[in-house]
Amino acid sequence: MSGHADTGHGAHGDHGTHDDHGASFKGYMTGFILSVILTAIPFWLVMTGVLENKNATAIAIVVFAAVQIVVHMVYFLHMNGKAEGGWTFTAMIFTIIIVVIVLSGSLWVMYHLHANMMPVPHDMNRMP
Amino acid sequence: MAMKLENTAGAAPVFYEIEEHAHPEGSSTMLGFWIYLMSDCLIFAILFAVYGVLGANYAAGPAPKDLFDLNLVALNTAMLLFSSITYGFAMLAMEKGRTGAVQGWLFVTGLFGLAFLGIELYEFAHMIHEGATPQRSAFLSSFFTLVGTHGLHVTFGLVWLVTLMVQVARRGLIPANRRRLMCLSMFWHFLDVIWIGVFTFVYLMGMLR
Repeated sequence: MSGHADTGHGAHGDHGTHDDHGASFKGYMTGFILSVILTAIPFWLVMTGVLENKNATAIAIVVFAAVQIVVHMVYFLHMNGKAEGGWTFTAMIFTIIIVVIVLSGSLWVMYHLHANMMPVPHDMNRMP
Repeated sequence: MAMKLENTAGAAPVFYEIEEHAHPEGSSTMLGFWIYLMSDCLIFAILFAVYGVLGANYAAGPAPKDLFDLNLVALNTAMLLFSSITYGFAMLAMEKGRTGAVQGWLFVTGLFGLAFLGIELYEFAHMIHEGATPQRSAFLSSFFTLVGTHGLHVTFGLVWLVTLMVQVARRGLIPANRRRLMCLSMFWHFLDVIWIGVFTFVYLMGMLR
């Protein structure tokens, strides 16, 4: 991804040949080491069952996953608010909003549907 | 660039650009590819939602605890993470214009990708052999759809990787090939991001239930 700020029409000649897209050896290694740590801890939590409480473990691994996704976005996908005049960032924010609506909406609606539509045995018996 | 001079007597001349400025080939490819990735993200969001809704419906069949082997999943996760960093090294070599190093790192990335796919197919084969087929329960249907779609993406990423290795071998690191390598870089890292969701919500959460 093009990391240089798109400063307007004058910068167009640089596209295609300009390779500075925010990548560096240090950046990739930082992302890699952080990812290894953020992957190892949730696996360790679940495989050894250190936290007695299952809900606490579940919350912890979701937090580690969220942090690791941000790490990947920043260090591997070189996400920032300036690339392509901010349009990649805008597209990502829009996608995150849709994803949150789809996931939370589906789980919420289906949970209540499941809870409220359970067949009740004695009502079934009274049916003609 | 064509200009139009509007000459009004007594006032300073005013210039307008009357033609659209030139867009060099590929100048919008990165943004377009990013928007494709975001739409792909929505596909995975829907599959995650389906798994979230159906993931506990075992139909008296096997549950995650009976099927998943976390050692295997950890190994798989490591393979994908290693392939991400080696692809990063390929991109760094590309910036320095070192064709041989690019090809070498792409080859290593491909090997890690193949290892990931091999382990995943071994896991699937093992599950199907035990009778945990996609037809067994809603949990297994949604599991195979979600994880299988990710695996399919990795497969096509590998096909793309081999194609680009041939392209680079034949044409070198020309601007068009650099652009393609940057697109595949985004695709490959994006698949690793999706895998974070898969191992957290499917495998680790599954073992907690």
